[in-house]
Amino acid sequence: MPELNLTSAPAHLRHGSNIGQPLTRRDGVLKVRGQATYAADNHPPGMLFAVMAVASIARGRVTSLDVAAARRHPGVVDVMTSDHKPELAIDPEIKTNPFVFRMEVLQSNEVRYANQPIAVVIAETLEAATEGAALLAPRYETLPALVGLDAGESFVPPVVGVGNPTENHRGDVEAGLAAAEKQIDAIYETPPQYHNAMEPHAIVASWNGDSLQIDMPTQGLMLSLARVAELFGIAHDKIHIRSPFLGGGFGSKGLMAGPPVLGIMAAKLVGKPVKLVLRREQMYGPVGHRAPTRQRLRIGADGEGRLTALDHHARTVSSTFDDFYEPAADASHTLYAAPAIRTSHDAVRVNTGTPLFMRAPGEATGSIALESAIDEMAWACGIDPLAFRLKNYAEVEPITGKPFSSKALRACYEQGAARFGWAKRPLQPRQMRDDDGLLVGWGMGTATFPALMFQAEARAVLRRDGSGAMEIGAHDMGQGAWTALAQIAADELGLDIDRVEFKAGSSDLPDAGIAGGSAHTATAGAAIHSAGAAVIAKLADLAANDERSPLFGAGNAGVIARDGRLIRRDDESRGEGYSEILARADVAEVEARGTGAPNPAAMEEYAMHAHGAVFAEVKVDPELGQVRVTRMVGAFAAGRIVNPRMVQSQLFGGMIWGMSFALHEEAITDRRSGRVMNANLGEYHIPVNADVPPLDAIMVEEHDPHVNALGIKGVGEIGITGSAGAVANAVWHATGVRVRRFPIRIEELLTKL
Amino acid sequence: MKQFDYVRPATVAEAVAAAAQPGAAYLAAGTNLLDLMKGGVSRPDRLVDVTHLDGLDQIECLADGGVRIGALVSNADLAHDAHFAKSYPAVAEALLSGASAQLRNAATIGGNLLQRTRCAYFYDAASRCNKREAGSGCDARDGENRTHAVLGWSENCIATHPSDFCVPLVALDAVVEIEGRNGRREIALDELHRLPGNTPERESALEPGDLIVAVRLPAAARGFAAHARYLKVRDRTSYAFAVVSAAAALQIENGKIVEARLALGGVAAKPWRARAAEDVLRNVAPTADAFQETAWRALTDAKPSGDNAFKIELARRIVVRALSLAAAGTPARIAALPASPFASTSGAIHARA
Amino acid sequence: MNHSISLTVNGARREFVLDDPRVTLLDLLRERLHLTGTKMGCDRGQCGACTILVDGKRINSCLALAISHDGADILTIEGVARGDQLHPVQAAFIAHDGFQCGFCTPGQIMSAIGMMSEAQAGNDPERIRECMSGNLCRCGAYAGIVDAVLDAQASMDESNQRCSVRGAPHEAI
Repeated sequence: MPELNLTSAPAHLRHGSNIGQPLTRRDGVLKVRGQATYAADNHPPGMLFAVMAVASIARGRVTSLDVAAARRHPGVVDVMTSDHKPELAIDPEIKTNPFVFRMEVLQSNEVRYANQPIAVVIAETLEAATEGAALLAPRYETLPALVGLDAGESFVPPVVGVGNPTENHRGDVEAGLAAAEKQIDAIYETPPQYHNAMEPHAIVASWNGDSLQIDMPTQGLMLSLARVAELFGIAHDKIHIRSPFLGGGFGSKGLMAGPPVLGIMAAKLVGKPVKLVLRREQMYGPVGHRAPTRQRLRIGADGEGRLTALDHHARTVSSTFDDFYEPAADASHTLYAAPAIRTSHDAVRVNTGTPLFMRAPGEATGSIALESAIDEMAWACGIDPLAFRLKNYAEVEPITGKPFSSKALRACYEQGAARFGWAKRPLQPRQMRDDDGLLVGWGMGTATFPALMFQAEARAVLRRDGSGAMEIGAHDMGQGAWTALAQIAADELGLDIDRVEFKAGSSDLPDAGIAGGSAHTATAGAAIHSAGAAVIAKLADLAANDERSPLFGAGNAGVIARDGRLIRRDDESRGEGYSEILARADVAEVEARGTGAPNPAAMEEYAMHAHGAVFAEVKVDPELGQVRVTRMVGAFAAGRIVNPRMVQSQLFGGMIWGMSFALHEEAITDRRSGRVMNANLGEYHIPVNADVPPLDAIMVEEHDPHVNALGIKGVGEIGITGSAGAVANAVWHATGVRVRRFPIRIEELLTKL
Repeated sequence: MKQFDYVRPATVAEAVAAAAQPGAAYLAAGTNLLDLMKGGVSRPDRLVDVTHLDGLDQIECLADGGVRIGALVSNADLAHDAHFAKSYPAVAEALLSGASAQLRNAATIGGNLLQRTRCAYFYDAASRCNKREAGSGCDARDGENRTHAVLGWSENCIATHPSDFCVPLVALDAVVEIEGRNGRREIALDELHRLPGNTPERESALEPGDLIVAVRLPAAARGFAAHARYLKVRDRTSYAFAVVSAAAALQIENGKIVEARLALGGVAAKPWRARAAEDVLRNVAPTADAFQETAWRALTDAKPSGDNAFKIELARRIVVRALSLAAAGTPARIAALPASPFASTSGAIHARA
Repeated sequence: MNHSISLTVNGARREFVLDDPRVTLLDLLRERLHLTGTKMGCDRGQCGACTILVDGKRINSCLALAISHDGADILTIEGVARGDQLHPVQAAFIAHDGFQCGFCTPGQIMSAIGMMSEAQAGNDPERIRECMSGNLCRCGAYAGIVDAVLDAQASMDESNQRCSVRGAPHEAI
């Protein structure tokens, strides 16, 4: 591990203790000083630089590479191609488990999407490697590229998302639509989007014999390790991956992709440590993206504004060689109490890197379409959009009929609307202007995201010096694991947080599962909870069985841990410090492991989701059509909040992603070549500071006894859902123009204003 | 980035001699050139670094009332020069609406004049581009061309010039001073950039070795200071190139426009001076009707080059708005969001029934 | 061909022999001086992660050739704090949670310090948002960044600009 000194921060604020407290980030000082070590900051002795060459065609094969020209460039050490590379232990096309995706690691000269790696140049300097890659001047045999949502014959994939059924229904949708007094039948389109974490994917790989040291940002240490192990045919314990900090992930650093594997291969080829960092444009291909969708929503409502049916169909794309299907229509499963619901998907194959999980996969794409359609229906019924949503409030999960484990959405609607001032909203669009004459519109959307749990393990230690340790291979992508999980650890160990050595971000620690699905704090937290309880139980055993202890005979159940002491539950005046217990027992430390996992019984019985309501104000220039969001208020109920400061940041981030979805980001694909023409950060627009208005995120109190022992739901992804629709609906309310193609662009508004 | 020889001349004459050779390029701040070199779009054999040359970083008030801006003055220094901003407010506003603070600190005004198009097919070395490689074809013509030219384009090239700075400059009759192999000469900025025609690879009137050493604004340009604005519509609030922009400058006396200047950005391969439209405004009152007519005149010859017909209508509306803003008067301080429709525009948008 | 240049980096004057004129200030700092606090996000002047101060002004170090900046005074994130004492902007970023993943943070902080010395934004949040728009943050920490800048601006105004941009922190080294 790099030396992480997380607890001696001079600016580190404490407000009492642990869970629920808005501690500042324990890694804050490292980050503001530039001392937090991201993968590409490593520079082992003798390290060489590797730069990928990528395909400029989307389909065909490489017929030649000018390897000699690259080699002639001063400083170039080697050029790795499909003809010159270390062999892998298994064919990377073989899917050994559902979380293995196919990757391009120079196994053939076939090109199946633009920006696919086709060679790697290794050199003594970054400049030489970069120019070496350019000198390869590849020639191709090019085949017509498959591009867009109508690229070919559509098919129904076997599953969408991670194992979700492609189709789902409850009740008779056609009968519901036929009986409806009002109907909406509308098509919404969402573009391909790219994660674009600020930190480009990077790896520093060093072989030492058959041992492998890797610095690489990953949201899944153990999944990555297992994949590396099988690809290179080495034992798990020969691989060490360090990932103390990720410069953002958003899903793109979850599963092992081709480029880091190429880095490991390059290091093997040259027998020296190698650093391989993707160039920004190379992130538009081999490391996943959000697939485009075309969604058709048919909604029926009766004369009172109650839904009679909801039919949501989504068309999406996957690559020509692998399967990931954006589960967009599934967004309609949980929110609105239609007696008949049907969701379905189909797909076409295109020449693209395989789409992947991107922050709220399915939920984000589905939400903007669903929330737009609900808004359209509210207008069709002449009902305020909030009143309409309340009228169709789901008391049980509509698609399954299960009760919710908790659902404080009503409180979200109330508190969010009150803070925003929603009651003053005119029902008609295009009624409000500001002092400058700009059109003003207010829109809302409902947010939802499932409360997921994966599997994790943690190891807890209590030491004779009165300190403790908690070890878990957790991942901090920016959500605040170094802080929030340490807060949980401190509570579980009954110690001040500064007395807990919290270790994370390394593959030699217990498996924390994957940081995704907004499930990491819940999952890792549950493991920490269980490990903490186990180690306290061991300590209590020592004391309760020792007649010299004031706790003798207390029994495990009768002891609580607090402030480094165990005390009798029935008599708090009787207790003893951890140090004394361990000293008397003459042991240096006690340790225990614990696991976190979903509870199948609870999952069977309850629908478990976080909820929220987002309200947005936009201004639109009435003649020029430029749009700006000027205010957003979100109210979210996500169970127990471990650290409100960090949760607020997560929610803000999600809300900004929602705004970006509605107004900004879009990969523009050349319809002939299948290449992304704005593969950069200048023309692939994500919001800049000036795009982001004052934000407000209310954390609505919610107690959930079922999701997990700590009552935690996730907050990483819910902020996008609801927000995207709220902004889109606000644009409609400002202008009276309903745009169903996202992002909303000037030209969609201009001539209709 | 291709290997290159690095030359640091001591004098302008040395610079011109060094840059006149085939494969040479001038390096100023490099904010555009390095970007192009990293993308493989420019692959010079020799960089002639002019940043250490003396005397090119001054803003001089000329005896005739004009101003002379050395080519190495940074965008930020010029925009923040209080005297300059007061005299030529639309130029300052345009500068501050461009790129980011970091880029404005580095980028030079000489470099800004010569920045290359943002056409994605020009920027992409794997695409066909007549500008990058003469005669290779134009992949933009039938490609993704929502932001491309609507004025002055040809079948060979539909790229636009991306500069904000140049738009008010060309409106205000800026002159470019050039040092070349045959000594010093000067040309109107309007003559610097060329429309593509059959030779889109020839982007400017510069000859090999030519070095822009200064830009001059004539004394008359100050006469517009009270009524001069730059307006820029973008796909995000800041740090984005113009979809369409306009600079409008008026001299108003006794309720009538004495002289008008109008130029458009983001619509053509050069900053587009709309002279015929200016004539509409001579000796008329600054009314919405007059501005509408001006806008129609300015876009008379416009035609879409692809999926960009909306830019014609947008340009008309920007012209009307920019003229309205100019007529309303230059604000005492440049708005928090320079050139943005979301800068406070009280009164400029007429509330419609 | 080798080129000798000298730079003052965080207060220390250093002489370099550059074997390659292509080296940018960013790559010089990161890959040759191992000052890795400055980050590479896009390498094309489109994200601001590589922002440093050169002669007191914030620029994108990815678009600056080191050789062309011979003689320049460079301040990076590593040179901002005075020993254990954080610069007010650094402290404010922590207090206001002006970051999540932290990758854009060194660039944001250098940009904020540069912006304050430009003295164009003052304490107007709208001007701060505009003037900080050259620094992208994909996590979406903009609200915290603006609050941090406002807070730091206030505390620096209070201490009479004691921590001004090119001031004491690195001159003492």
